[in-house]
Amino acid sequence: MTWSATARGAHQPDNTAFTQQRLPAWQPLLSASIALPLFFCAGLAFIGLGLGLFYSSNGIKELEYDYTGNPGTGNCSACALADQYRAPPLRCSCAWYFSLPELFPGPVYLYYELTNFYQNNRRYSVSRDDTQLSGLPSALRHPANECAPYQRRASGLPIAPCGAIANSLFNDSFSLWHQRQPGGPYVEVPLDRTGIAWWTDCHVKFRNPPLVNGSLALAFHGTAPPPNWPRPVYELSPDPNNTGFINQDFVVWMRTAALPTFRKLYARIRQGNYSTGLPRGSYIVNITYNYPVRAFGGHKLIVFSNISWMGGKNPFLGIAYLVVGSLCILMGFVMLVVYIRYQDQNDEDEDEE
Amino acid sequence: MSLVESQSEDRQSEEQVRYLQANGRELNSKFGYPNNTIKTSRYSVLNFLPLNLFEQFQRLANAYFLILLFLQLIPQISSLAWYTTVIPLMVVLSVTAVKDAIDDMKRHQNDNQVNNRSVLVVMNGRIKEDKWMNIQVGDIIKLKNNQPVTVSTSLGCGFFFFGLSEYKGTLLLLLETNLKVKQAISVTSDLEDNLGLLSAFDGKVRCESPNNKLDKFTGILTYKGKNYTLDHDKLLLRGCIIRNTDWCYGLVIYTGPDTKLMQNCGKSTFKRTHMDRLLNILVLWIFLFLGSMCFILAIGHGIWENKKGYYFQDFLPWKEHVSSSVVSAVLIFWSYFIILNTMVPISLYVSVEIIRWGNSYYINWDRKMFYAPKNTPAQARTTTLNEELGQVKYVFSDKTGTLTQNIMVFNKCSINGIFYGGVYDKKGRRVEVSEETEKVDFSYNKLADPKFSFYDKTLVEAVKKGDCSVHLFFLSLSLCHTVMSEEKVEGKLIYQAQSPDEGALVTAARNFGFVFRSRTSEMITVVEMGETKVYQLLAILDFNNVRKRMSVIVRTPEDRVMLFCKGADTILSQLLHPSCRSLRDVTMEHLDDFAIEGLRTLMVAYRELDNAFFQAWSKKHSVACLSLENREDKMSDVYEEMEKDLMLLGATAIEDKLQDGVPETITTLNKAKIKMWVLTGDKQETAVNIAYACNIFGDEMDGMFIVEGKNDETVRQELRTARDKMKPESLLESDPINTYLTTKPQMPFRVPEEVPNGNYGLIINGCSLAYALEGNLELELLRTACMCKGVICCRMTPLQKAQVVELVKRYKKVVTLAIGDGANDVSMIKAAHIGVGISGQEGMQAMLNSDYTFSQFHCLRRLLLVHGRWSYNRMCKFLSYFFYKNFAFTLVHFWYAFFSGFSAQTVYDTWFITFYNLVYTSLPVLGLSLFDQDVNETWSLRFPELYDPGQHNLYFNKKEFVKCLVHGIYSSLVLFFIPMGTIHNSVRSDGKEISDYQSFSLIVQTALLCVVTMQIALDTTYWTMISHIFTWGSLGFYFCILFFLYSDGLCLMFPDVFQFLGVARNTLNLPQMWLIIVLIVVLCILPMIGYQFLKPLFWPVDVDKIMDRIHLCMRHSLSPPTRTKLKHASSRRSAYAFSHKQGFGALITSGKAMKDKVFKRNSSPFKK
Repeated sequence: MTWSATARGAHQPDNTAFTQQRLPAWQPLLSASIALPLFFCAGLAFIGLGLGLFYSSNGIKELEYDYTGNPGTGNCSACALADQYRAPPLRCSCAWYFSLPELFPGPVYLYYELTNFYQNNRRYSVSRDDTQLSGLPSALRHPANECAPYQRRASGLPIAPCGAIANSLFNDSFSLWHQRQPGGPYVEVPLDRTGIAWWTDCHVKFRNPPLVNGSLALAFHGTAPPPNWPRPVYELSPDPNNTGFINQDFVVWMRTAALPTFRKLYARIRQGNYSTGLPRGSYIVNITYNYPVRAFGGHKLIVFSNISWMGGKNPFLGIAYLVVGSLCILMGFVMLVVYIRYQDQNDEDEDEE
Repeated sequence: MSLVESQSEDRQSEEQVRYLQANGRELNSKFGYPNNTIKTSRYSVLNFLPLNLFEQFQRLANAYFLILLFLQLIPQISSLAWYTTVIPLMVVLSVTAVKDAIDDMKRHQNDNQVNNRSVLVVMNGRIKEDKWMNIQVGDIIKLKNNQPVTVSTSLGCGFFFFGLSEYKGTLLLLLETNLKVKQAISVTSDLEDNLGLLSAFDGKVRCESPNNKLDKFTGILTYKGKNYTLDHDKLLLRGCIIRNTDWCYGLVIYTGPDTKLMQNCGKSTFKRTHMDRLLNILVLWIFLFLGSMCFILAIGHGIWENKKGYYFQDFLPWKEHVSSSVVSAVLIFWSYFIILNTMVPISLYVSVEIIRWGNSYYINWDRKMFYAPKNTPAQARTTTLNEELGQVKYVFSDKTGTLTQNIMVFNKCSINGIFYGGVYDKKGRRVEVSEETEKVDFSYNKLADPKFSFYDKTLVEAVKKGDCSVHLFFLSLSLCHTVMSEEKVEGKLIYQAQSPDEGALVTAARNFGFVFRSRTSEMITVVEMGETKVYQLLAILDFNNVRKRMSVIVRTPEDRVMLFCKGADTILSQLLHPSCRSLRDVTMEHLDDFAIEGLRTLMVAYRELDNAFFQAWSKKHSVACLSLENREDKMSDVYEEMEKDLMLLGATAIEDKLQDGVPETITTLNKAKIKMWVLTGDKQETAVNIAYACNIFGDEMDGMFIVEGKNDETVRQELRTARDKMKPESLLESDPINTYLTTKPQMPFRVPEEVPNGNYGLIINGCSLAYALEGNLELELLRTACMCKGVICCRMTPLQKAQVVELVKRYKKVVTLAIGDGANDVSMIKAAHIGVGISGQEGMQAMLNSDYTFSQFHCLRRLLLVHGRWSYNRMCKFLSYFFYKNFAFTLVHFWYAFFSGFSAQTVYDTWFITFYNLVYTSLPVLGLSLFDQDVNETWSLRFPELYDPGQHNLYFNKKEFVKCLVHGIYSSLVLFFIPMGTIHNSVRSDGKEISDYQSFSLIVQTALLCVVTMQIALDTTYWTMISHIFTWGSLGFYFCILFFLYSDGLCLMFPDVFQFLGVARNTLNLPQMWLIIVLIVVLCILPMIGYQFLKPLFWPVDVDKIMDRIHLCMRHSLSPPTRTKLKHASSRRSAYAFSHKQGFGALITSGKAMKDKVFKRNSSPFKK
């Protein structure tokens, strides 16, 4: 704090652009010549994009059927009634008959859709043990606390896979039969049940525990399946590459949905004659009705859909783009009018001055 | 530290009387006086961590987050992983800790510097060099004049002193800028500098316990069985500078924290800005908002659990402890409380601190506020007040040393009817003195002061020619004064003048060849044109306020008795000999000219005395001197007898030099609608004179009110009359403010702004102010004074200065700034919202108590209009943006609750929540608030009107906050519903799903980050390289982090912590995702662009027009228009004044006078 002892100028601050706040800078201005064209260009671009999106979404064909089985809505009602007294679920079958007057262009995807099903409920969505699912043997027998109350069976056996998500695995199954000519035989349409999950999920994230003596069943020895499951996890599929934690149905189910209404991919139809789509004719979907949803007012739907460059049928984005684009242009005109009027006024003011 | 304080307080309460013995360390140590170590630091290496953490958790914000952390650890309600709070909290704490550590390190350095300074101590008959911190009570130390021993106030200790050299045992002491005379008691001054005697000195001192009264000290010295009283004249205070003596010895009485300076420092009150208070209110609002949101969501949850959750139990059973939906709702309330806590961002306070810190450094670094001659940069001593600098409405300024340099310069004179001092060019026109103007060459005079400059050659020629009256004029200047001279080196004279006016006159005489060389009580030695002459000093006829003149009577070497007199022209012109009437008229005309230029004037006259007459008078004089009754009156009668029939010599004009750029600065501040009040201890005339000189008052003013009533009623009347003229309706009963005030609103209430019908000035003196500051009149004073453009308060005590500041602070919702340089300004500096100290003067009291220091008044302009304005704008932009980004971020959870069963499900990945404020958005907003400039400094200074929004706090207030909230709500709606609509039942182009939770999270968070980045890009008006790097870099960095957090390796290593494996790869390549982001960004940003575009068109404010002009100029890269308003020829009211301070006169009392006559002329030297 003394100045006497130091040399003259010793305290002089550095003369740099930074300390003197003179850093070279670009100072953009929001002038009319920028704002107005911006609005018009954005508007036009959005309308263009919106039209594209809207038409490509509209070009997608979708066929859906609610098989929940509310009384009088089809032959699934019987199963639905049985569903009231579930656990353990009864095996019940029903079918959906439909006919296609023309080719349903492929590739066709088969989805199941659930409504009013809160997979995104926090307590539900945390009720899993990712360590267990990653195939760590230690975690297999010591499921995480988040899994409670599906952490251990009453017998004390650890549940694998633990948690509410796994326990509530969707277990309806579908098969598709095609009748080419009226009165002809029904031919089963091959459903490709692999490749329905994300590659990263079934190859990296989900892994079976290391085999014991070459057997997956032994690897899961000492664990119990979730209470709702009729079979243990290693018997989900006969295909050894599609069973256990890496079973694709299971993996798809475990990727919880963001919203209470969601679709999950069940199968792809792309084999044989059906690679170009579903030809015209009558079809039966045989449904194994296991999954109870009526208790909580949910619905189960089955959906056939094909796909465009930007995914499935969803007109929302296209409409949103069209609306926003129009609003931009409207705003642009409003601003232009306001600008011209006030510009004149200001000029007059200045002239008066 | 508080512990130490309380201990010392305990000790002090016990200590009633202080005993000590000189050279008796053993005895003194029994009393346990503190040592002289200064400790301003707070931490040591060991206690830093616990103490700092303890202090930090005392802050409400940090404590709140700690509580939140504990909430998160309860598994039943924990909706977020613990690390989402811990990591930000750790970062916030460590940033603050680092800042505290740096600050404390500086304090340690200062302490060490002070404590280790060397001092000379008398020990066992020798002088030993020791460190200041080792000084103890009872030591005898030696102080020297020419060593910078006490240069720093942080040095020293209170001690009374004894041995002294020269000047007959007198010592001039510089306390602050005032010289004070101190004298040792005779018994100790007899010891002189005999070291043997000094170390054998064993006097005992009994004195009062440490206190903070600077002007009071009582003590008794017992030495050799005799008692001697010690009063405050015998006490040298820490912080003083010794002058005019070679050395002195002192006995240490108080040390360290006991010294009067330290006792007087007081607990500096922690200043908070308006913005801080606003922030606290807003945070409270947010809490309420947060609470009500959580409440709504909890109710929603209760309903949901009843309607849906209950039936969903097949798949999701209720927990064992959750018996009903109500219990569940209560738990969910807290879960949402945790999730939505980001509404009150943890990093808000620490970011605000960092921004203020950074902006303070800009002040320290500003080269244009650096004053090279004194090597002092501007310094922000407080780093928490920056944005308030951009909101100042009232500036309270001291005069001497702040507006003026307290340097008097002999500028012009009139000798024998001839005017000297004007500067003319070759064509004979008057010109202004500038750097190029040729100075008069004084090389003929070896004793001339090289710093003195004069521009009129004719005067030197007259001196050289030997013009008799000119010689006599300067002779009288060199004789008639009370200056003392010092001559350390042959030919290098240093004058110690009590008032700078006198010094200026004697210096002028010295340069023109009449060198006052030395004086004793009977002799004055003068070197007249190289020839040494000794004048016998016969009498000094004192100055006092009534006489307004002083005279000396000398016997010349030629044995003539002469009287020389100088004084106010009003007085002196009455005392002149009739024969010089015509000369008087001419001189008076010159005096008028001087007055118009705002110069301080004196008349100089002489009288040749008859020896016999003098002898007779001398007898009368001695009789009067010795008389006990009515001595004053008798003396002045005797003086009057002598001071008559004077022969006029001429008149002098002294310029009270304003600091550089003061008038320009004040004009600029006025344009920025900042009101200047000058609070000075000086006389009214001086103050008013300076007020005109520095443009506080102008000639275009519509009126001037002088309040000088001596009682309640007159003061009230004067104030009301003034108000009647300025705003007649404000006296009516129906005036809204009157109605408001008569309702007796509860304190604290604010007096609204009133607009007068013109420019007015108010002058009020200290005596009237005492009445005006009393309870029932203070509102009158406030309302009247606040309507005036400028207010001058003169003859103020330091306390009154503070009272005036407090008054404005209390009733006006404005920011006040006080600027001063001296100890008498400390109170007002502390009272004002912002205290500014002028540094570089010797006194540092003001500086030490101030928030900002610099050495020149004109820096105030930069401080307010450039740094203050920028700081304010930046802070406002920062706050608006910061609240916005957190609302947009947090409220998405609220919307999601309606679709996730009110289950406290977060929309984002926990890591995104952890890093959002800390990593992804911190740098851009810091960049904005450290580098943004709407216009550069040139424009800020050119258009002071740009300062206006800050004064009314237009850029961030409750309204702006609500706008941020609405904007945030809108953005969060867009951010939630657009992705929701898009992914609803949607799939990827390979048929796989994208409507899963993790993809949704990723889409929303990426869109959010794009939106807030675009928003800050829109807010940034000054794109430096760093801004680009920060803004775009942060966005890029987000993607890098994203791939890292979602990478296979990390997720497989900790599958529970990093659950988003592969989401980035699977989602970022979707066209939908990018279409969503583009749509969201456009939906969020375009309306803002439209708003920004339309706002100045629909609701134009003054600033917008100015900005338009600036932008127009910038676009055409024009330089700022020079706004040279043609100044009208001004009629200036001038008065003569003299800065005389009494109290120096223990030795010689000098006489000065002033003239208070009113002149109106058209010319102004200060306006260019």
